[in-house]
Amino acid sequence: MSILINKNTKLICQGFTGKQGTLHSQGAIDYGTHFVGGVTPGKGGQTHLDRPVFNTVKEAVMATGADATMIYVPAAYCKDSILEAADAGIKVIACITEGIPTLDMLDVKYVLENSYPDVVLIGPNCPGLITPGECKMGIMPGHIHLAGKVGIVSRSGTLTYEAVKQTTDLGFGQSTCVGIGGDPIPGSNFVDILARFQADPQTEAIIMVGEIGGSAEEAAADFIKANVTKPVVAYIAGVTAPAGKRMGHAGAIISGGKGTAAEKFAALEAAGVAITKNPAQIGLRLKELTGW
Amino acid sequence: MNLHEYQAKQLFREYQLPTSDGAVASDVDTAVAIMKNLNTPEVVVKAQVHAGGRGKAGGVKLVKDEQALRDVFDRLIGKNLVTYQTDSRGQPVNQILIEKASDIARELYLGAVVDRATRRVIFMASTEGGVEIEEVAAKHPEKILKVVMDPVVGIQPYQCRDVAFKLGLNDEQIKQFTHIMINLGRLFVEKDFALLEINPLIVKTDGHLSCLDGKIVVDGNALYRQPVVRAMYDASQEDERENRAREWELNYVALEGDIGCMVNGAGLAMATMDLVKFHGGQPANFLDVGGGATKERVTEAFKIILSDKNVKAILVNIFGGIVRCDLIADGILAAVKEVGLTLPVIVRLEGNNADLGAKLLNDSGMNIIAAKSFDDAAIQVVAAAKKS
Repeated sequence: MSILINKNTKLICQGFTGKQGTLHSQGAIDYGTHFVGGVTPGKGGQTHLDRPVFNTVKEAVMATGADATMIYVPAAYCKDSILEAADAGIKVIACITEGIPTLDMLDVKYVLENSYPDVVLIGPNCPGLITPGECKMGIMPGHIHLAGKVGIVSRSGTLTYEAVKQTTDLGFGQSTCVGIGGDPIPGSNFVDILARFQADPQTEAIIMVGEIGGSAEEAAADFIKANVTKPVVAYIAGVTAPAGKRMGHAGAIISGGKGTAAEKFAALEAAGVAITKNPAQIGLRLKELTGW
Repeated sequence: MNLHEYQAKQLFREYQLPTSDGAVASDVDTAVAIMKNLNTPEVVVKAQVHAGGRGKAGGVKLVKDEQALRDVFDRLIGKNLVTYQTDSRGQPVNQILIEKASDIARELYLGAVVDRATRRVIFMASTEGGVEIEEVAAKHPEKILKVVMDPVVGIQPYQCRDVAFKLGLNDEQIKQFTHIMINLGRLFVEKDFALLEINPLIVKTDGHLSCLDGKIVVDGNALYRQPVVRAMYDASQEDERENRAREWELNYVALEGDIGCMVNGAGLAMATMDLVKFHGGQPANFLDVGGGATKERVTEAFKIILSDKNVKAILVNIFGGIVRCDLIADGILAAVKEVGLTLPVIVRLEGNNADLGAKLLNDSGMNIIAAKSFDDAAIQVVAAAKKS
């Protein structure tokens, strides 16, 4: 088991024939993902990377039975692409693209919550998600992953890889890794993913990588206290970040004195989470906690 | 992206919101002409900077005659205004707003923000205008009225009436308030705002409402579809190095330490700063070179880091996901040569061909050390900064 995606997942790519779409679709194929085709409006009927190209997501779903999509279209078209995928019956959507207007995401969330409550959106502005050895749906380097027992959820891309590599080096491996993205309005939050890890028998422990800004980590702390029985290690990036400055990610900003790393560490610690303030020792903290 | 008060008020007027008569000037003669045109016994002179707390810092003054206007204007223009919201250097004053002074009966607060938790635009109103809303929120949270804007139908009149009654407004003012709030909701969405504050929204002694101040933050991601707002960008209000970084699509934020950091990925960049601090050092900056750590971008990143004279050592931390580490090492070496860098550089490369990359760096004969791990890199750079 794993969460959201596995070897049976039939993946497509929106923005398939573009530069990013091509690169990362090839990466998914090389990794052994069951990758069934892609969508580029106007290029339907062509073949790309030995897979069929469709004009619409609906056509792709009808022809291939696709149930997951990764989106690489430019930011201005992401709202449209996400809603097209949901309307076509896709259940897991990863939007990799960065720079989507916040109000577009408010619209997307509103429509998904009201009309497609069973659709899971990961991202935008994220590395995607991966179930090691089964399905790679994003831009992460596949080779650092190892099939195993740690569920990883993170707001960051490269910092996720850091946690992944540490758990691979220690031999624990990962059940599924989900990069929920660095935007203020993510499709899925920590709580959504934590609930799935708690329910997944393969996941024996959880690593959560948060960062400054917003209150998603505090919400996660409340959720963990009430619902999560598995060991959780958390790291929060941005202890040294100054207030009022956007630290790369649109969501990573301390505003009105709220959203600091110190507050988040405190909330998580109070919820019984094992925190570490050294990002190079997330794996070691987990080892210490679980006795593995 | 932040807007100036005078720009916010331009947008307010476009949406038929009441503001004081006035105009902006960057030279004193224009300012005097504006004052004469206003033909009023008293004007308010307001320095235009991207920071709050202008009043207490002497950036807002009432003047009654031309000489007083000239004195205040000369004192402010071309200088930096330091407020509690700026750093110690302050923000440059290049424009000054001259407005008709208002007779104020009450000061209210009206603001709107994208709320992450509810995933809606939320309006906030309070009887406690004119002071920091964060202060009100901390001391008297019950005095902040909240209204959730529906993404489909927008703000409805009943929501405005409800707030207006609670603010103690009379019949005529309730109509005005409803008009203001509904149009602000349209403005917020149509111009892709991230934050909007009218503090204070005043009730004048003649009973009319007016937007006495305006603070607007526009969503930077939406600027591609907001040409009018994009044209309002004022580079003088931003850090020069941050502006240069932006031209190269690098994310740079200046800090006060002595260890320069260059990292790929925003989260890892923050974590790298944190680890430097964890091992007893002080980061000089946040810098995310993004996915394409090419020679050109790395060169530019080194130049930006080096323009900070406090920097004594540099830490490069690259988790090469898809790009090969030997190619990144080549880029770093070429960049160090081009920039003529002499400071110690500690490089940590992770990912494909990491060993080959480290060998290239170690064999280069330059002042570059390939670190064995993330931890090792941070420890070494802290030691190097202390030595030099």
